[in-house]
Amino acid sequence: MAKQYETVIGLEVHVELATKTKIFCSCSTSFGGAPNTHTCPVCTGMPGSLPVLNKQVVEYAIAIGLATNCEITRVCKFDRKNYFYPDNPQNYQISQLYLPIARNGYVEIETGDTKKKVRIHEMHMEEDAGKLVHDEWDDTSIVDYNRSGVPLVEIVSEPDMRSADEVLAYLEKLRMIIQYLGASDCKLQEGSMRADVNLSVREMGSGKFGTRTEMKNLNSFKAIARAIEGERQRQIELLEEGRAVVQETRRWDDNKEYSYAMRSKEDAQDYRYFPEPDLVPVMIDEAWIEKIKMMQPELRDEKLARYKKEYEIPEYDARIITESKHMADIFEKAAAICKNPKKVSNWLMVETLRLLKESGMEPEEIRFSPENLAKLVKLTDSGDINSSVAKQVFVKMFEENTDPESYVKEHGLRTVNDEGELRAVLEQVIADNPQAAADYKSGKEKALGALVGQTMKIMRGKANPGQVNQRLKELLG
Amino acid sequence: MDICSMTALELGKKIQQKKISVVEAVKAALECIEDREPEINSFVTVDAEGALKRAEEVQKSIGEGTITSPLAGVPVGIKDNMCTKGLLTTCGSKILKNFKPTFTAEAVRNLERAGAVIIGKTNMDEFAMGSTTETSYYGETKNPWNPAHVPGGSSGGSCAAVAAGECTYALGSDTGGSIRQPSSFCGVVGIKPTYGTVSRYGLIAYGSSLDQIGPIGKNVADCAAVLEIIASHDKKDSTSISRKDYGFTGALIDDIKGMRIGIPRDYFGEGLDCEVKENILNAVKVLEDKGASVEEFDLSLVQYAIPAYYVIASAEASSNLSRFDGVKYGYRTETYEGLHDMYKKTRSEGFGAEAKRRIMLGSFVLSSGYYDAYYLKALRTKTLIKNAFDSAFDKYDIIAAPAAPTTAPVLGKSLSDPLKMYLGDIYTVSVNLAGLPGISVPVGTDSSGLPIGMQLIGNCFEEKKIIRAAYAYEQTRTAAGKGESEYGKTV
Repeated sequence: MAKQYETVIGLEVHVELATKTKIFCSCSTSFGGAPNTHTCPVCTGMPGSLPVLNKQVVEYAIAIGLATNCEITRVCKFDRKNYFYPDNPQNYQISQLYLPIARNGYVEIETGDTKKKVRIHEMHMEEDAGKLVHDEWDDTSIVDYNRSGVPLVEIVSEPDMRSADEVLAYLEKLRMIIQYLGASDCKLQEGSMRADVNLSVREMGSGKFGTRTEMKNLNSFKAIARAIEGERQRQIELLEEGRAVVQETRRWDDNKEYSYAMRSKEDAQDYRYFPEPDLVPVMIDEAWIEKIKMMQPELRDEKLARYKKEYEIPEYDARIITESKHMADIFEKAAAICKNPKKVSNWLMVETLRLLKESGMEPEEIRFSPENLAKLVKLTDSGDINSSVAKQVFVKMFEENTDPESYVKEHGLRTVNDEGELRAVLEQVIADNPQAAADYKSGKEKALGALVGQTMKIMRGKANPGQVNQRLKELLG
Repeated sequence: MDICSMTALELGKKIQQKKISVVEAVKAALECIEDREPEINSFVTVDAEGALKRAEEVQKSIGEGTITSPLAGVPVGIKDNMCTKGLLTTCGSKILKNFKPTFTAEAVRNLERAGAVIIGKTNMDEFAMGSTTETSYYGETKNPWNPAHVPGGSSGGSCAAVAAGECTYALGSDTGGSIRQPSSFCGVVGIKPTYGTVSRYGLIAYGSSLDQIGPIGKNVADCAAVLEIIASHDKKDSTSISRKDYGFTGALIDDIKGMRIGIPRDYFGEGLDCEVKENILNAVKVLEDKGASVEEFDLSLVQYAIPAYYVIASAEASSNLSRFDGVKYGYRTETYEGLHDMYKKTRSEGFGAEAKRRIMLGSFVLSSGYYDAYYLKALRTKTLIKNAFDSAFDKYDIIAAPAAPTTAPVLGKSLSDPLKMYLGDIYTVSVNLAGLPGISVPVGTDSSGLPIGMQLIGNCFEEKKIIRAAYAYEQTRTAAGKGESEYGKTV
């Protein structure tokens, strides 16, 4: 019988924090500026410049630490990590090694029906590097320091995960916590959340860890899942052939679905960490932590529990809606205004998800306001518009956050409840379609459909089809 | 009276009284520079054009009453490791031979706001690493008292320029004695303030946790006046401290009755030149005669200060100097193949021997497996040294000591034996490790006519005590016909 193997995985997750300015200077963190326009002497490492810590970075880090059940380090310090590379203007990165801001936490994850805790070893604050652009034509490299000094936290887990599913559940969990805190938008594709995977395999039942490798360059949840499977297979094959796994850093190529060795432990750099002398220790007292706790928003798990109690919506819907804080915010506000959570949830679960998928958008990118969604629900609840008109209005609202009330008014989409007008149209339709009317009268039920269709066409969809049906039967009966 | 032999406060007063114009003051300094530079080489860059232009602006501001500082219009030399916007700033190194900063150091800006006129950038040991100003890429500076001797270092250019009258006062920086030791060798006054008193923003770092900018002048009053201007709480420097009292000139009082002075026995033992020792003890006697109480004590741990200092300063330097890589500014080697070759050649060609020695030493003590044994142990030693000073200051107001074991050595004798050169820092490095303020004040000359400085050390934030004692000493000495009149005596 073939040997059974267990995969052991730990993660290093980098999250870019959503501060307006960089971690050690007042330059903007916003994306998309022309190269080297969001820079100053500090983030380009000019001689004589000195770092000054952005307090908001510490507050976000404390908030994440608290939300992931970590101990917050009361006297935390920065250290220098020394290595030469042109994207790093000082040739050292200001990071934390000896006294990171948070330690010994955990998050609870769910895969299928199983719940499990993934422990967090530590979390530290650090600065991002710039970006190198290689110009093949000119055979030169140029560097853009706009990202240099953008604040990051690195969250290091214990090797507690055993499958790609668990890894994805853990990442989703972190993403939701951090997004809920407003500390980052956590987009893997854009690099505001990045994960390095440490993976080893061992024979099932073994108490000893195998030799691990670290995989980098994982840009999507799918890539992470594929990389884990690929690396697991590669290591098992090595062991089956009686060869050893080499401790090394590997780069995942998601197109080729294969990882390549970048550097082995032997040529691992000595970063010569030492305390950053240009910064003073960060003293974090009880009062500061309490203040941040007070400001902590309701997190996803709490929200989910509350939704189940407070709104009569299915658990599945509640889960989907609360996966994105933005969507949950829209839900709660719209439900509060129109007092119809069920309908609001339906709009989000059906039409919104459909349009998001069609346009390749994330829930965070929903543009319509809860006020407008509530108006739309009210318009349908009151029968002012029928469901097909409502869908038409919703598309407009989804695209441009259009106010449904004014849109319906401007385009004359309100359902016609005026008996006189409807009656006149119906009589006209019967008069214009004598054959259909006769067919119905002679018992051909189907003929009524044609007459309803004609009526709706003339009314440009504004009539209530049920009402049209009813009145036609009366007139022909 | 010759403009170049005036003190900063004297010249400042004459400028305020319109007896001397700022342009006249600057021209006098430039003439002196033209006369002395071929021999002394105090400056890396002399900014004659900029200084004359600035002189007219300052004159206008003084006339309009927008600048009222007592030092307005007085020419100053700035050590070449402080950034000056648009003006070459080399740190005495080839690797920055073409570097013009985009901003001005905070301490220099404070001076500019007070109407100072920068006459040029003074020579220094490369990246402030050295005790003789011989490690500069731009040639050694010579001691104005005897050009066969070094001026000390690393602020040797600043001290020599002041001693030679090329500028009225200067700024230096002190990481392990780099203001106090050359002040002693050049017969001028220099203050190393409490760590955090003067902003380090724009000071190109050597050992960040030890570096402090300070004034160098012809007498104690000038230094107190300059310190009052350059000291500030700067939010751009996280290690800058907000102090309650910046009124250092308030300590210029000729009265030290009841002041308790401690004499560390450990600083007067083996290795101290006997002429230096005699002069310092005579100066202490003057203080005692003026009403201070003097007592010998054991400071202890003195032998550990030098190794601890060289481990910490080199470790920080190895990291601080890593940004000089040819990528962004400064020197880049001419031909190279690929990134690593560019790094290697640029740094091999751009740094001098002493800088390389300290980069290697610093990289070694931080490397994995050695960190605890060297760097961490040095940090612990630093704490113990601070504790030793703390208990001394329980008993004494100030500590009196030599600034250096000898007078200025002959040129070319020091670099061949770096260990011996390092040992010359024995009386100054502890003060940096403990973050304390220190002043060097001239107390006489040795038999070959070279100046001797006495170092007075105060507790943290107690600059005023050392300024007061140095000032009181200086008053007695000046009255006795020594002192200021000696400056430039070899001219």
